[in-house]
Amino acid sequence: MDTFQETIFKLKKYWADRGCVINEPYDTEVGAGTMAPETFLRVLGAKQYKVAYVQPSRRPADGRYGDNPNRLYKHQQLQVILKPTPADVIDQYLGSLEAIGIDLSKHDLKLEEDNWESPTLGAWGIGWQVMLDGMEITQFTYFQQCGGVDLHHVPAEITYGLERIVSFLQGKESVYDIEWAPGFTYRDVRYFDELQQSVYNFEVADVPRLWRLLDEYEAEAQRLVDGYRVEGLAGADKRRYPLLSAYDNVLKCSNLFNLLDARGAISVTERVGVIARVRKLAVGVAQAFLDQEQYREVA
Amino acid sequence: MLPFLLEIGTEEIPDWMIPSALEFLRSKFPGENVRVDGTGRRLVVRADVPARSADREELVTGPSVSVPAKALEGFCAKQGVTAADLAVIDTPKGKYWSFTRQIPGRNAADTLREAIPALIMSIPWPKTMYWPSIGGPKFIRPIRWIVALLGAEIVPFECAGVTSGNTTLGHRRLGARGPLPVTVDNYEQVLRDNFVIVSAAERRAKIETEVAAVAAAKGLQAKPDAKLLEVLTYITEYPTAILGTFDASYLTLPSEVLVTVMRHHQKYFSVETAAGELAPHFIAIMNIPADPEGHVVNGNERVLRARFNDARFFYDVDQKRPLSERVEDLSHVTFQAKVGNYLEKTARVAALAGELGGPDAEAAGHLCKADLTTEMVKEFTDLQGLVGGLYARAQGVTRPVAQAIYEHYKPLSMEDTIPSTAPGQALSVADKVDTLRTCFAVGMIPSGSKDPFALRRAAQGVVKILAEGSLTVTLDELCAGDAKLTAFFRERVEYYCREVRGFAYDEVAAVLAAGYGNLPDALARLDAVKAVRPTADFEPLAAAFKRIKNILKQAGELPAGVPDAALYTEPEAALAAITEATDVATGTYPERLARVALVRPAVDAFFDKILVNDPDPMVRENRLRLLTLLINKFSAIADFSEIVTN
Repeated sequence: MDTFQETIFKLKKYWADRGCVINEPYDTEVGAGTMAPETFLRVLGAKQYKVAYVQPSRRPADGRYGDNPNRLYKHQQLQVILKPTPADVIDQYLGSLEAIGIDLSKHDLKLEEDNWESPTLGAWGIGWQVMLDGMEITQFTYFQQCGGVDLHHVPAEITYGLERIVSFLQGKESVYDIEWAPGFTYRDVRYFDELQQSVYNFEVADVPRLWRLLDEYEAEAQRLVDGYRVEGLAGADKRRYPLLSAYDNVLKCSNLFNLLDARGAISVTERVGVIARVRKLAVGVAQAFLDQEQYREVA
Repeated sequence: MLPFLLEIGTEEIPDWMIPSALEFLRSKFPGENVRVDGTGRRLVVRADVPARSADREELVTGPSVSVPAKALEGFCAKQGVTAADLAVIDTPKGKYWSFTRQIPGRNAADTLREAIPALIMSIPWPKTMYWPSIGGPKFIRPIRWIVALLGAEIVPFECAGVTSGNTTLGHRRLGARGPLPVTVDNYEQVLRDNFVIVSAAERRAKIETEVAAVAAAKGLQAKPDAKLLEVLTYITEYPTAILGTFDASYLTLPSEVLVTVMRHHQKYFSVETAAGELAPHFIAIMNIPADPEGHVVNGNERVLRARFNDARFFYDVDQKRPLSERVEDLSHVTFQAKVGNYLEKTARVAALAGELGGPDAEAAGHLCKADLTTEMVKEFTDLQGLVGGLYARAQGVTRPVAQAIYEHYKPLSMEDTIPSTAPGQALSVADKVDTLRTCFAVGMIPSGSKDPFALRRAAQGVVKILAEGSLTVTLDELCAGDAKLTAFFRERVEYYCREVRGFAYDEVAAVLAAGYGNLPDALARLDAVKAVRPTADFEPLAAAFKRIKNILKQAGELPAGVPDAALYTEPEAALAAITEATDVATGTYPERLARVALVRPAVDAFFDKILVNDPDPMVRENRLRLLTLLINKFSAIADFSEIVTN
C-alpha cells in the first residue's frame, strides 16, 4: 500500500512521462489549483503548455478544527493542465488511476456531468466529476473561458482530490489516519494547521483589519492593472511590466474574501459586490496578460 | 434497401440530454424504419436506405421565344445543351424555350456522405463546448470516433475532425482495448461482448429487474423512482445493481435527509420494509457486471457513511438554535435585491397566511423561512421547507403548524400534490402570492422564456391549490385589482384547465369569459358545460349565441335602457317571456344549463321570423336591447359564443 507521498510521486512521474512540466505549489494562498498562475494565466493565449503540480488549496469556511474526518480547511490538489487537450485525454487520465494501483476492471467509474464556473475568475468550462465507487475523486474540465476571454486552445484541467483518493486507496475512514510517509500520518503532518487556522478563520481574524487589507491589496492590484494600460508604454516596457505581481495581489484579495466569508462578515448582498470587485481585477490582469504575450515572445 | 448504421462515439454526454438528441436524429435522418439508441458514449442510428434513388426528369424553362439569338446561346451554354435539344412550350406568360433534363439517381452512399456531417453538427444541445482550439467544432462533448456503414461498405466522411470508419470502442475499461471492427449485423453483439448494452430499454429493464431482486433478497422493496432510473439508464453502459448497508443508528436522522443524500448525491435507490419504513440499505447501480471482491459495495458504503456523518453534524449544530431564534437572522438573507430580505417577506407572508388560514397558518408563516439559515438547508437546498417542518416538530411546535411549514413549497409541479392541510394551503398560497405581488410591484414580470424567479410555477401552484384545496379566498381577492397580475393568472388558469384537467380549448375560453375569480366555481361550470355539450340543443344554441354576439358587436354601443314590451311582435314576446322565466340562478350547473338549452326553440323562432335590423330605428333598438338582455342573463355560466361549432 502506497503512502500519501508515494501516490503523489507516482502521479507526478506518470504525467512527467507524458511530457508535463512538474512544478511546485504556488507560494501565495489560493482557493483552488485553478487559481495558481500555472493554470489561470498559462491557459491564456496561443502558447501550448503541459504542467502538473500539487497545490495546497485553502477554503477557510470548510475548516472543522481538525475534527471532521472528511472536511478540511486546506486540502491538496494535484492539478494537471494539458493545453491543448490531446484526443486520448480520458484514456491518459484513466491510465493515471491505474498507475496508482486502482484496478478499473474491479471498480465502478463514472463520468457525471459537472460544469465548472468561477464568477470571481470570469472563468467557466464544461466537464465531469469523476466518480469512483460513488466517491468524487477528480474534477475534469474543458476550459472554455478564463478572465472573460475565449481560450485559444481548449485545455483539459484534471484536478485530483488527493486526500480522497489516498484515503480510498488506504481504506481509511478519516483523512487524518492516512499514512503520509512511513511512520507519519496525515494527522502528524497537518492536524495543527487545521486546528489553529480554523480558530483564526472562525474566531480570531480581525474583521475590520481584513477589510482594510482587502482594500489595500485591491488598490495595489488595480494600480498595476491600470499602469499597463497607460498609453504610449513601449513594447520593451510592456514585456517587463509586473502583471504577475498584479495577479499576486488579486490572489490576496480572493483569500481575504474567503476569510471574511468564513468569519460571517459578508452578507449575501455584499457578497455579490465583493465577488464583482475581485472579478474585475482578475479579468483586468487576464486581458493585460493576454496582450503581453506578443511582447513575451520577443527575446 | 440497404441496412445503415451510424454510431457517433463521444466522451460522456450528460444523461438528461441523450433522449432528445436521439429523437432529433430519428426525426431528421433520411431513411426508412429509422431506429435510434444510445448511451452516454454513443448515439446510434439504424435505418433502411434505398441503395440508389430513382432516376427522374426535370423540365427546365429557358428564355421567351422572343429573345435575341445571343441570349438563347447564352442559355444553352450555361445549361450545357444545344439548340437542337430545345422545344417550345406554352405557358400562361407566353411561349418559352425549354428542355427536359435527365437527372440520374444517386447512390445512397454519396447522399449520406454529404448529409450526415451536417446532421450530426445540427443536433441541438442545451450547452456546447468547442475543441481543441478556438474555431473548432461545437458539440456537447468531443466526438472521438464515428462508425458509418451502408451494407458492407463504410460511408466515408469527416466530421468534427474525425474520419468515419467501421471500428467502435467498447466499455472504457472492460473487454478489448482499442478499436473493434463491426458490421451492421454484428454491431450490437460485438459491443455486448465488450460490456456495452446499446439498447437503453434493455439497460433500463436490467436495472429495474436487478433492483427489485436485490431488495427482495433481503425481504425488502426498493422505493420506485422513475427519474433516477432514467438517469442511471443513460450514465451506464453495463448497469448492475448492488445492495449496500448503512448503520441503523443513522435512521434517527429524518428519513427525508437520508433519502435526499442517497438519491440526489449518490444516485442510490432507497429501500423500505413492507410497512413502508426506511431500511438501513441502499441500492447502487455500477457500470460493471460484478463486484466479486466487494470493492464497489465497500467504497459506496464508506462514502455514504461520511455523507451521513455530515448530515448528523448539521442536524446537531442546527438544533443549538431553534427556528424561533433564527427568524431575526433572516434580515441578512436577501429575498431579492430589489424587493428586500426574508425577514420582511416573513412578516408579509405571516400576515397574509393568517388572513387566509387563521392562527396556525400565521404561526407557520412566522417560522417558515427560518430554515434558510440552517446548515442542513445550506447543504441540501432541495430540503428547504421540509427541514423547517421537521425542526419545528422536533422543537415542540404544534403538529398543524409544523405540517404547514413542511408542505409550504408544495406543489412543486403540476404532478405534485397540494399541501394536505388547510393551514398548509393558506401558507403556500400566501408565500407564492407574496412573491408574485412583490415581483410584479417592481416590474419583474416574466416575458417569453425568461422567468428567472419561477413566477409561472408560483402562480401555477396557487391555481392548483385554489382549485383543489379548501380555501375560500378567490383569485380576484388575491390579485387585489392588479390588472397585470390578473392577466398573468388567467394564462395559468387556462393551462391548468386544459393541461391538468383536460378540458377542451373552447370550453375553457367560454367558461373563463364568464369569470374565473372563484376557481372551484369555474371548474364546476366547466364540468357542466362539458356534460351538456353532447346534448342535441347545445351546439345549435351556441351557434345562435355567436350570431347574437356578432349582431350586437356590429350594432355598436346601445343607449342605456330596457326593452319596451309594447314594441314586441309575437316571437319577440315569446323569447322575452322564456328569457325572463328561465331560472339560471338555482340548482346545480348542469340543471341550470339544461334550462338554458330549453330556450333554443324560442331563439330559433326569433331568427326565423324576425329581422333585427328593422327599418324603424326604435324597433331595431328594442330588438337589440332584448338580445342584450338575453346574452347577459345566459352568459353568467359560460359565454357560449366561444364554443366552436360545426
